[in-house]
Amino acid sequence: MSGIVGYNQEQKVSKFLLGNEAIVRGALEAGVDYAAGYPGTPSSEIIERLAAEASERRVYVEWSTNEKVASEGCGAAATAGLASLAAMKNAGLSVALDFLTHFSLTGLGEQGGSMVVVVCDDPDAHSSGDETDSRWLARFAYAPLLEPTSVQEARDLTRYAFQLSRENKRCVMLRSYTRLSHASSIVDLGPLPALIAKQAHSDSSACLTPYLARGKHAQTLERLESIRGQFEESGFNSYRGPESPELLVVCSGSAYQCALEAVELLDLQERVGVLKIVTLWPFPHQLALKHLAQAGKVLALEEVDPFLENLLKEALNDAGLTDKQVLGKGSGHVPLFGEMTPDRALEALAAVFGLSYQPRAAHYSQAADRCVQELLISRGLTWCPGCPHRASFWALDRAIKAEGTDVYVTGDIGCYTLDVFPEGKCQMNLLHAMGSGLGLASGLGQLGPKNYDQPVISICGDSTFFHSSVPALINAIYNRSNLIHIVLDNDATAMTGFQAHPGVGYNALGQPTTKIDLESLCRSLGAQVEVADPFDLRGTAKTMRKLLQMKQGVRVLILRRPCELVRMKRQKNKPFRMEVDQSKCKGQECAICYSAFRCPALMVEAEGGKASIRDDACPGCGVCASICPFKAIVREEVA
Amino acid sequence: MSGFSDPYNLMVCGVGGQGNILISRMIGRILVDKGFRVTIGETFGAAQRGGSVFSSMRISRKRYYGPLVPKGKASLVLSLEPLETLRLLAEYGNQDVLTITNTHPIQPVGVLARRLDYPEQDRLNAAIMELSRRAWFVDVTEMALSLGAPIVANIILLGCLLGAGVLPIEPGDVEKEMRETFPPNKLELNIKALKAGIEAV
Ligand SMILES: Cc1ncc(C[n+]2csc(CCOP(=O)(O)OP(=O)(O)O)c2C)c(N)n1
Ligand code: SF4
Repeated sequence: MSGIVGYNQEQKVSKFLLGNEAIVRGALEAGVDYAAGYPGTPSSEIIERLAAEASERRVYVEWSTNEKVASEGCGAAATAGLASLAAMKNAGLSVALDFLTHFSLTGLGEQGGSMVVVVCDDPDAHSSGDETDSRWLARFAYAPLLEPTSVQEARDLTRYAFQLSRENKRCVMLRSYTRLSHASSIVDLGPLPALIAKQAHSDSSACLTPYLARGKHAQTLERLESIRGQFEESGFNSYRGPESPELLVVCSGSAYQCALEAVELLDLQERVGVLKIVTLWPFPHQLALKHLAQAGKVLALEEVDPFLENLLKEALNDAGLTDKQVLGKGSGHVPLFGEMTPDRALEALAAVFGLSYQPRAAHYSQAADRCVQELLISRGLTWCPGCPHRASFWALDRAIKAEGTDVYVTGDIGCYTLDVFPEGKCQMNLLHAMGSGLGLASGLGQLGPKNYDQPVISICGDSTFFHSSVPALINAIYNRSNLIHIVLDNDATAMTGFQAHPGVGYNALGQPTTKIDLESLCRSLGAQVEVADPFDLRGTAKTMRKLLQMKQGVRVLILRRPCELVRMKRQKNKPFRMEVDQSKCKGQECAICYSAFRCPALMVEAEGGKASIRDDACPGCGVCASICPFKAIVREEVA
Repeated sequence: MSGFSDPYNLMVCGVGGQGNILISRMIGRILVDKGFRVTIGETFGAAQRGGSVFSSMRISRKRYYGPLVPKGKASLVLSLEPLETLRLLAEYGNQDVLTITNTHPIQPVGVLARRLDYPEQDRLNAAIMELSRRAWFVDVTEMALSLGAPIVANIILLGCLLGAGVLPIEPGDVEKEMRETFPPNKLELNIKALKAGIEAV
C-alpha cells in the first residue's frame, strides 16, 4: 500500500493517502504517544500503519485482546498525561462502551493528556454483521463527535480531535466509515512534532472515579455545553450555495460529497445550498438555525440512522420554529438503511424538485437489462484455495453424518463465518456477535433437563477465542454445561488482514512475545482438550466423533493449521503440484471435488464436467487429493 | 484530459485477490503527479474472499470528487475478469464507455456447486461489445502464466491500458512509479509484464 513509511526523509508537503492513513498522519502530527485497537474492517489499517511508524515516532502501539482493553489502555495513558488513540470498528465500540461511558464522567484528569477514539462504521455492512450507526453511541457516552467528509479532513480533524480532547480533558470520538477509511486521495500534510522524551505522570490530583456520579454528570454536561459553543464557531463546518436557497441540504460524512455531485448533475447550483456539519455533536444548533432561517425547504442527508435529522428537528423545536419541516428519512426522501450514494442523493433532490433524472439513455438501459437477464450470474464469497477452514467444515460434516446425530452448531465471526453463505457448508445454526458462539452454546448446553437433547458444538477462530470467548468458556465449565467447542487455530486474525493476536507469539510490531498456549489455557480451566490437523480429514473427523460420543462436559477441539495466505507469505512455495488425471475423473457423475468441496482453484471443464485445476489459483495444499474417491487428483510433492 | 469527460470515472474490477487495488493506486499516483485531482474508492474486506471487487477512480481538473461513481457514469472499465466487466457495465455503463477486459474466466463458486452456469464466452464478449463504445479483449492470465508468474496479470492489464492510449499516461511514467514502489528484485519481471501488455493491444 502507498504507505506512510518515509515521511521524514520526504520534503513533499502532500501525499496520496488512504483515509485510514490520513487519520494516522493526523495523529502523528498531534504527537500521539499511545495507540491500541483490535482489528475490524474498515478500521484495521490505522493500528497497522501506526505500528509501522512506532519506533521512529516513539509511539507505543499494540493490538489488544479486544476493544475494551484497548480503550482502557488508552484511557490510562491519557490519565497519565499522554496523547492516546484507540481504533476499532462499529461493533468494537459496543464492546468498549462500558468503560467509555464511565470514563466520560471523570474526564481525563489534570495531567494534560488527550484521548481520541476512532470508530469506523460500515454502512451497507460490506464486511460486517450489522450497519450500526455509532453516532448515537458518542452521544450516549458523552463524547464530542467529529465526522470527516474527505480524506483531507480525516487528517485535519484527527489533529483537531487531540487538541479538543486535551483542552477539554475529555475523550473525543472521530467517526469514519468504509467510504472514507478505504478511499485514497491527496492530503496536504503538516509538520511532525519534534521528538522529545515525554514524561508520564501519576494523577493523584483528583480521584478519577465516576462514583458519586450525579455531580460529575452535571459537570460533564456543562463541559459539553462549552464545547457546543466552540463548535458553533468551528471553521470545519461550511456552507456552499446561494444566500437564500430554495432548498438547504444539511449533511454530514459521506453525504456531503454525494450532495455536491447531485447538485452538479441536476444543475441546481443556483437553487440549492449545501451545509456541511463536521462537528456533529454537541450539535451547533445556532449555526444550523441561522442557515435554516435563510432557506425555503430543508433536507437532511445522511446514511443509516436519522441522527443529524433528529438534531435538526430538536433544534427547530427548542427554538419554537415548529412550522419548518425537515425532509429526509422521516418524510421518505432518504432511505433509513444502507450507505449514502450519489444516486440516493440524486433521487432525494429530484423528488424534492419534481425533476426526472436519467443517468443514461433508455435504450442503453434496456440493452443492459437484457444482458443481465441472459448472462449475468452472481459471484458468492468462499474460502481461499487451500484454506484450512474448508477442510475443518468438511471433516465436521463427515463426523456428524457418521454419527447420525442432529448436531446444533453455533458459529462466530471470522473467515469461517463464510460457512453461512450460500456456497459454504451451512452448518452453523446460530450466529451473532464476536465471542457469542460459545456463550450461546453454554446456554444451550444447559437445556438437557428441558428436553433439549441435541449435541451442541460452538466454533470460533483463535483471535475470536482470545477476544471474548474465554469468559464464556469459564462460564460453561463453572456451570457444568455440555458442549464441544472447536477453535480454528489458523495463527492469525485472518478475515481482517492477518493481524497478530495473543496466540501467535509476536506483537503488533512483529516483535517476539509470549505465545499464549491455547491447549494449556483450556486444560488449566478443566476442559477436555484434543488437537488435530484439519488437513488430516479422516483423523479430524475421528476425533470429532470421539468427542461427540462423550456427550457430557466441556470438550475443546483445537484444529491447528495456518491460514493459507499466512503460510504463503512465510513459505512462498507450493507444497504439492496438483493435477487431475482426466482418464480417471468421472466428471459429471461424481463431481464431488468441485461441487461439494468447492475449492475455487478447481474448475469444471466444459466437456463431461470433468474437474481440472487452475494453475493461477492452486496453492498446492494437496487436500483435494484425499477428497477424490477415484484417486483422479494426483499430488506430487514439490522438492 | 481535453476531450475527456470531467470527472473521468475509471473503474478497475475483478475477483478478490486479482490485484485491482495495486494497479488503481499506481494509476492514481501517476495522475496526481500530472496535476489531476484523484480520489479512489475501494472495496476491500469480506469481498476479497472470492467475491466481486472494484476500485473506482474519480479523476478531475476541477475538484476532488467523492469515491463513489454515480450509476451509469463510468468512463472506462479496466477488468480482470469478463463476467465482472458485464457486472459493472450493467450498473455503471453508458453509450460512451470504453472497456478493456481480461478474457480469462474465473468460475464463481456457484458454478462449481452446479447451481449456476457460466455464460458462453462468445455471448459474454458480444454483450460487452454491445455495451461499450469500444472494447478491447486480452487474455492477460494466459500471458502471465507464460511469463511463469500468474501474479503479474494485473500489470499486463495495466500495460494494455497504456497500449490502448486512452489515458494521458506514458510507459515511462509507470516504470518510474514501479521503481519508486516495487522492491528491486520484482522490478524486471513487472517491467517485462507491462511491456507485454502494451504490445498486446
Ligand atoms: C467486536 C468486533 N470486533 C472486531 C470485529 C471484526 N472482525 C471480524 S472477523 C474478525 C477476525 C476474527 O479472527 P479469527 O477468529 O481468528 O478468525 P479467522 O478470520 O482468522 O478465521 C474480526 C476481528 C467484529 N466483527 N466484531
Ligand atoms: S484468508 Fe486464510 S483463513 Fe481466511 S479464507 Fe483465506 S485461507 Fe482461509
